Amino acid sequence: MLRIQNLIKRYGHGEPVLRGLDLDVPGESVVSIIGASGAGKSTLLRCINRLVEPTEGSIELNGLELTHLKREELRKARRRIGMIFQGFNLVDRLTVMENVQCGRLGYIPYWRAALRKYPAEDIERAYHLMERVGIAHYANKRADALSGGERQRVGVVRALMQQPEILLADEPTASLDPVSSRQIMELLQTLSQELSLPVLINIHNVAEAREYTQRIVGMRFGKLIFDGVPADLDQEAMDAVYSGTPGEARQQAESGPAHSPAVVS
Amino acid sequence: MSTSTDQTVPSSRRHWRKPPFIANPVLRWGLVVGVAIYAVWAISILPFDLDRISQGMTRAARIFSGAFPPNFDRYELLIDGFLESLQIAILATLLGLALSVPIAFMAARNIAAKPIYMIGRAIIILARSFHPVIVAILFVKAVGFGPVAGILTLTLYSIGFVAKMLAERIEEIDWGQVEALRASGTRYISVLQFAVLPQIMPRQIGLGIYQLDSNLRASAVVGIVGAGGIGSTLMNAFGRYDYDFALAITLVIIGVILVSEAISGRIRRNIG
Repeated sequence: MLRIQNLIKRYGHGEPVLRGLDLDVPGESVVSIIGASGAGKSTLLRCINRLVEPTEGSIELNGLELTHLKREELRKARRRIGMIFQGFNLVDRLTVMENVQCGRLGYIPYWRAALRKYPAEDIERAYHLMERVGIAHYANKRADALSGGERQRVGVVRALMQQPEILLADEPTASLDPVSSRQIMELLQTLSQELSLPVLINIHNVAEAREYTQRIVGMRFGKLIFDGVPADLDQEAMDAVYSGTPGEARQQAESGPAHSPAVVS
Repeated sequence: MSTSTDQTVPSSRRHWRKPPFIANPVLRWGLVVGVAIYAVWAISILPFDLDRISQGMTRAARIFSGAFPPNFDRYELLIDGFLESLQIAILATLLGLALSVPIAFMAARNIAAKPIYMIGRAIIILARSFHPVIVAILFVKAVGFGPVAGILTLTLYSIGFVAKMLAERIEEIDWGQVEALRASGTRYISVLQFAVLPQIMPRQIGLGIYQLDSNLRASAVVGIVGAGGIGSTLMNAFGRYDYDFALAITLVIIGVILVSEAISGRIRRNIG
């Protein structure tokens, strides 16, 4: 389980992007994070695997405190956290198989990586997962030859190759057409159940968030202001999450307690 | 008042001139006059000696009449010289490329730590600061006449160009691919191999082919100061007043460079 307590992130000396955020994600639940651009969704996800350094607070993954880890410890901890990106972030000029094996690079000895001697069990696992998401026949194709939806599947398999304890998906469907987008969301949902894996998804598409996830949290200016099941997300809650501009939200946040009623359940 | 200007366009609205490149008129005209004065003065102190120029003309005429027709009788020397030039160019390119890759990684701001970056940049600046001919003179003094001096010179020359261009390419990579691998707990060195190297590979191949072509041309030049290859052959021919043979060498150099440039241009276009 993932437990975030009082997470604060400030870039330079500016206003904090995350202002004391608390979030618990117990095992095998799919959680959508919604919120306007600039609310801090991406920063939150990136603080978890420390692509962004948190300023204050605690992030615990299955009992391991992540915020104080030093280089080698951090590297080892990152292997337990899979990440899926909006822009896929595949290595375009490598084959699908090599992209998938990239998820194992943190585990295999350096000489094996350097010589590309991938262990047999990793190859087997890769084929198994690629078959599961329907891209096994592309194993030897270059990643940039695939369509968007197929590329994101490669991204998902790469993350699963890490045998992660949690999956972070940073707007995984924002670059995809509507059909591929729904397929990827459905995939994430079923994989979460199959592998009993908690999944955290940043998402702009609220309809998809409602349909494919059991829990939605709404962020506004660095704080959670909504947390509930899709049915709880009524018009009032939607307005609280999305209305106004980041600038207004900032002013509200500075002038004491927000006057839009916090809907934290 | 305002209504009348709406009717008739004022004359200031009908003429337009390009604003001058240097806005300040004093600076503008000062520069023009200054450069003109310097040019006149610099020409006026040149030691023009009409006698010597006319003597030179007759000497040039003798050289050219001696050079025609070009003499290909000693083609073995010509071929040997070229094979040596080719050897210098290929070995220097291979050595230069091999050394450029780590230096380029050191000199890329986005992946190297600050002190490493400074060292990498310093190496590149040092390698670029002297023309190959000057470097060749130093190496000929250091290791003696012959191809080794040429190889060392052109290796340094290759590093200066390839490492610089490659470092710039590394600074332009798609950072998302690096981030994805870092997020999966990949070691730094493997991130370089799997996320950075594939992205810079096409540029590296293109630079390698360009550099081979460039080194072939430069090997003829550095040979003139004694660093082996066809340049040395050419210099010897001049020294022995074999102007017809020298012309033959010159023609072949031109031909070879045209061919190598055409080939390398085509290959580079095809890899894009």
